Amino acid sequence: MKMPYFASSLFAIIAIFSQTCAVAETAKPTQAEIVMKASFKDRGQAKVDRLIQDETQRLCSQYPDKRPKEITGKIEALNMKLVKYPADGKMLGDWNEGEKIAQSGVGKQFSDNAAQPAGGNCYACHQLTRQEISFGNIGPSLYHYGKLRGNTEASQKYTFGKIYNAEAYSACTNMPRFGHNGILTEDQIKHLTALLLDSNSPVNQ
Amino acid sequence: MQHIKRATFAAAVFVASLTGALVASTSSAQSTNGDATVKEIEKYRQALSDGNPAELWEARGEDLWKQKRGPNKVSFEQCDIGLGPGKVKGAYAVLPKYFADTDKVEDLESRLVTCMVMLQGHNYEAARKNPFGSPERKSDIEALVAYVTAEARGMKMNVAGNHPKEKEAYDIGKAMFFHRGGPHDFGCVTCHGADNQRIRLQDLPNLTRKEPAQRAYTSWPAYRVSQGELRSFQWRLFDCFRQQRFPELEFTSQGSIALTMYLAKNANGGVLSAPSIKR
Repeated sequence: MKMPYFASSLFAIIAIFSQTCAVAETAKPTQAEIVMKASFKDRGQAKVDRLIQDETQRLCSQYPDKRPKEITGKIEALNMKLVKYPADGKMLGDWNEGEKIAQSGVGKQFSDNAAQPAGGNCYACHQLTRQEISFGNIGPSLYHYGKLRGNTEASQKYTFGKIYNAEAYSACTNMPRFGHNGILTEDQIKHLTALLLDSNSPVNQ
Repeated sequence: MQHIKRATFAAAVFVASLTGALVASTSSAQSTNGDATVKEIEKYRQALSDGNPAELWEARGEDLWKQKRGPNKVSFEQCDIGLGPGKVKGAYAVLPKYFADTDKVEDLESRLVTCMVMLQGHNYEAARKNPFGSPERKSDIEALVAYVTAEARGMKMNVAGNHPKEKEAYDIGKAMFFHRGGPHDFGCVTCHGADNQRIRLQDLPNLTRKEPAQRAYTSWPAYRVSQGELRSFQWRLFDCFRQQRFPELEFTSQGSIALTMYLAKNANGGVLSAPSIKR
């Protein structure tokens, strides 16, 4: 008689305990998050909800440099599922358009017009062509990207996917998830893929 | 007059140096080596520092500091910005710090607002309504910031950070620095977490390492040639977050002061060169 009663109350205690833990883990904001929420205000297209992190952002903030292998694997796997390839299977657009997108740094700032398309701002971080000498170095040089890799079906798929969601290939990279986060449209990403891979593109001269 | 002459000289130097930098950029266009360009930019910075229009803001700030202002008709001369009432010399080097009268950690800008309210009797919203000036509408706060920071030029950053509220601010600021979010997944650390990084041709200091963190922090506030304005550290953070695609960082908010505490304390020992001059 005593055992079942003991067992059921133990289960009840475990149930309550785990429920509390689950709530604490997902819902309780840190003190820094509370302070941040109170320290920013909506302006233009940039609303305060931009401070709320998804799982990738949360994990990358928690482990800014060294992280356990499981975390790296988890981030890459969850983002790989989020890559949406073009329905028609065509990955290449017009490299001329791609070059314009790579040069443009507008988009998503509260000072930007939300009605205008955003740029990719690729030159902020990457070298791409010989002609443009004002390039940053946060990302690797992409000069001769297509010449080195070849314009194959596999390299097209990799390149489109990397621009669409870089976290799928390199956890906690500095590179934005241009497709996944709605910075660039599918067509814009096709143009950038062409800029990198088309043999006529200045990237490959 | 002296100030105006200096400003004209600075503008002339700016044009001359810019032309030099452009010629240098064009001539190095055939190579992928950016070293020559970087050296030219460094020369341009050196030339700029000869005549810094920040002096105009410093002079106006000193006048504002000494004038009797606000409903109470008193000057800032009894304002405590860190070393006791009326002590300006070197005070910027100990900020941010905890102030018992407000029971808050405050930076220079928030402390100026506090004195405008508590001493001069201004309304709180009115005191902080024009934090970042424009040619048509100069900011009193930026002028006062220029004066106070100039009075700490050459001194070493010496933020205590031992009070529980100061420690709390530091920890919150640190978490903010590493907080990635928004449509671009950016945090401060994206641009300021590694050595020798550039956006386009703009150098980005690694704020996680002592020496570059000291050099960066101690050069603010600064006169920005491209804007024709003197910009405070609050402005520096406000505009970084804009480019980070975050919402607007509110002037003198708790978060803005916490992040300043993190960056200022990490710069301890660095020699203040502000107000400096930047592109």
